[in-house]
Amino acid sequence: MHVILNGQPLEVADGARLPSLVPDARGVAVAVNGVVVCAGDWPATVLQDNDRIEVVTARQGG
Amino acid sequence: MDVADLGVEIAGTRVPSRLWLGTGGLTSHDTVRRVVEAGRPGLVTVSMRRTSDTGANGLLMTLRELGVRLLPNTAGCRSAREAVLTAQLAREALGTDWVKLEVIGDELSLLPDVIELVEAAAILVDDGFTVLPYTTADPVVAQRLVDVGCAAVMPLGSPIGSGRGITDPYAIESVRAAVSVPLVLDAGIGTASEAAQAMELGCDAVLVATAVTRSENPVAMARAMHLGVQAGALARGAGRVPRRQQARASSPMQGRVKI
Repeated sequence: MHVILNGQPLEVADGARLPSLVPDARGVAVAVNGVVVCAGDWPATVLQDNDRIEVVTARQGG
Repeated sequence: MDVADLGVEIAGTRVPSRLWLGTGGLTSHDTVRRVVEAGRPGLVTVSMRRTSDTGANGLLMTLRELGVRLLPNTAGCRSAREAVLTAQLAREALGTDWVKLEVIGDELSLLPDVIELVEAAAILVDDGFTVLPYTTADPVVAQRLVDVGCAAVMPLGSPIGSGRGITDPYAIESVRAAVSVPLVLDAGIGTASEAAQAMELGCDAVLVATAVTRSENPVAMARAMHLGVQAGALARGAGRVPRRQQARASSPMQGRVKI
């Protein structure tokens, strides 16, 4: 199946969960389809076809 | 003399300096470190952006090592919905419920969309955030932001990155008169004297980014800003003389030489 990771299409295995896309939770946060998913909930989050996943971290900014 | 900078209290937490620093425009993590050491800001703002494949976040590691409080912003957001999600992501990524709330309404001037701003602020306050909104220097909007529970108000001196200083000092004074929460001059500062002016007008802190990060010598300018903010705070407390139409001799008239 396909998901959209940070705007880019990505092929993932059926039943894939969030940690397979984001192995290290330090300093990052994840939203799936516009809703924040806490790091503690990543292992239980099974991705669905066409999920839109945003993974963000801190960058320089004013 | 560093006694002027006792910091500023935001939502019951003491931020240890009245100078706040944005990191946008700094080119290396080493420069970030030296600028923070020179300016000793009370907090440092960061933006939230998609991760890349460059591995560990060096900026975050540097700032954590420096022990400075992080203030994530919602820069680039154009709607309340985007800003709320960005703030929630920042809370999750950085472990802080403080947010510099920014909702841009016009790409050319980067002026805020204050309608969306007030809406986003209300949602985030309800969600437990300490909200510090970047806004126009308008006492009516400032009051609306306070009404929905913002912990401070951060009016702009002039457009973001313009370096034009405080183009309407009266507007800043008007906001100061309208609200009792901390006032943070955010955006437009070009050099240290303008940071001092912000404090003289009644601001409690000054947030600078471009003025430091894109100056010819960011480390020296960070130090200048630190001193400028202190000078302005001292001058505000000292009470300036009133402006007069005519001259008034400071030397005594008695005892002059007569020929």
